Amino acid sequence: MSKPHAILIGAGFTGCATAYDLALRGFDVTVLERGDLAAGTSGRTHGLLHSGARYCVTDQESAVECIDESRILARIAAQCIEFNGGLFIALDDSDLAFVDRFVEGAQTCHIPIEQISPRKALEMEPAINPGVLDAYWVPDGTFDPLRLALAFAASAKASGAVFKLYCQVEAMLADGQGNLNGVRYWDRTTGQHHELRGDIVVSATGAWAGELAELAGAHVPVRPTPGVMVAFASRFVERAINRLNKPGDGDIVLPQRRMVVVGTTSFEAEDVDYIPVSEEQVAEMVKRGADLIPALATAPQRGAYMASRPLVGSGTQARSIARTFKCFDHKESDGIDGFVTITGGKATTCRAMAEATADMVCRKLGVSAACQTRERPLRSYREFYRAGEGARA
Amino acid sequence: MTAEVWTVTFRVFRRKGAEAPHYDFFRLEVSPDEYVLDAIERIWAFHDRSLVYRYACHHATCGACGMRVNSVEKLTCITTIRSVARDGGEVTVEPLRNFPVISDLTVDMGDLYRSMEAVHYPAVSPVAAAPLPTIPAKDGISPGGPLREEPDAHRLNDCIECGLCVSACPIATTTAGYLGPAVLAAIQFQGISGKPALAGLADCEDGVWRCHSAYECTAVCPSLVDPGWRIMDLRKQAIGRRFRRLFGRGETA
Repeated sequence: MSKPHAILIGAGFTGCATAYDLALRGFDVTVLERGDLAAGTSGRTHGLLHSGARYCVTDQESAVECIDESRILARIAAQCIEFNGGLFIALDDSDLAFVDRFVEGAQTCHIPIEQISPRKALEMEPAINPGVLDAYWVPDGTFDPLRLALAFAASAKASGAVFKLYCQVEAMLADGQGNLNGVRYWDRTTGQHHELRGDIVVSATGAWAGELAELAGAHVPVRPTPGVMVAFASRFVERAINRLNKPGDGDIVLPQRRMVVVGTTSFEAEDVDYIPVSEEQVAEMVKRGADLIPALATAPQRGAYMASRPLVGSGTQARSIARTFKCFDHKESDGIDGFVTITGGKATTCRAMAEATADMVCRKLGVSAACQTRERPLRSYREFYRAGEGARA
Repeated sequence: MTAEVWTVTFRVFRRKGAEAPHYDFFRLEVSPDEYVLDAIERIWAFHDRSLVYRYACHHATCGACGMRVNSVEKLTCITTIRSVARDGGEVTVEPLRNFPVISDLTVDMGDLYRSMEAVHYPAVSPVAAAPLPTIPAKDGISPGGPLREEPDAHRLNDCIECGLCVSACPIATTTAGYLGPAVLAAIQFQGISGKPALAGLADCEDGVWRCHSAYECTAVCPSLVDPGWRIMDLRKQAIGRRFRRLFGRGETA
């Protein structure tokens, strides 16, 4: 029997990781991406490799996913991670009142944390607010977003996956029974339109998953929830600096190359193709960031940008929606076979999202093959660009 | 607060498949403090969905959005419109030179990535191996003290493989075989002592000796890699190595 062919839509973290997982399980994989790699939410993510400590009180399922997956990524993707840890710092009474729940939550979620005296914290990170009242070390890290996606994609390619960049899916193709068996896409580099047939169509389009599902007449309850981030032109800290409290706006400062990046906000958007960055939000980020690192109040900025989280669910407050991911078998939810959507989640959990998606695809197609992505290091991210094939192949 | 609004015409290089290239014009209302990439994204979102351009991070850490803006290489995500245009004026946006154009503003970066891989340039290294400068004071107000180096800290290295230096290099334009500023800088970063393969790549006709010291690479580098200085330093390393070999001290000295 010939290999089953999976058509994957979207080359962000999840799409690249799913292409890798399915290719290792013996699938022929074609990835269609309307832009370049990581051109949606993935490339613009904050870059925090989450220990899970941020969610250990409010969203423990996500916290456990994060600590488990950050350990795996530290092992398989060390090529593009600054694994320097992070500090949670308490700056006021409200933060101090949160400490007991934080410590208990970290224990429950098996996240190793360590209390640090304010003096020691200031020795470790002299740029943080000198008014720090309490501090905890956590195993956070920083990753390079584009290179993490490239590393998964390079590994997928090494196992035979084909990437078609700048190819936008325009229509879902169905058999006589209304089940999907292919897509029509527009190659934006040539202006040509093509059809591609496969055994299963997988949408890994994150915040755009609702739009993609509509093409098939299906529904995905994804809520695009953008947040703004501001980069500053100096590396004030070596570790991720988090406010020791419930997740809120502008409560993480992350080192990256010679910069630090403050994020983020949380609001809702209808059209995620272009979300303007508002001056008010940038000003708010500077103010919140300066609570953690006072020098940010006057530091030169390097850039301000927006990324749209794909939150799954229908809660009233975006901040309270779980950060876990969800796989949809559209046969069950919409009566359409041959179509699976993966969305939600976080960059840190992209490998687990891929594993769950590949498990579902295998179940649907009756393929028995185990996930092989947990242990082996990814190929060098630069191998995505292999000799003699150009960037499109 | 009343936001300042400028009208700027973007003259954009276009090419699809085997078609002859041409320029399209897009007149946009912009804030001068927006970035050039923001304008390009709006052209795609609201005017022409066929526009092909590459980007990812929007804050100069990934190196994907390098383009020529008014004939100067820029990372468009951190280039404000104010810095390249005036109200009522025109801005020309073109793909990088010295790389094959895939379509419109996107070039094939494969050669650069493969060469950086061939010289084993690490994406992450200990802070001690890639020291940071002290923070420059701005307007007499220092935003912070010197940046400390944690003994065990790592950081993502400066070179983001954006290709601006390769595009700006007058030698890369005329000599296809030239290793180019990014790759030579990557070799210098690691040093050639005890690394005969790297030394061989650097100390040859298409290596450090091909450079004409135009320093265009250093002028356009958005990441303070300073390839021009690194190439000159690599020449010193190469000469030192030749002397040591002359006196029979081999690779280890």
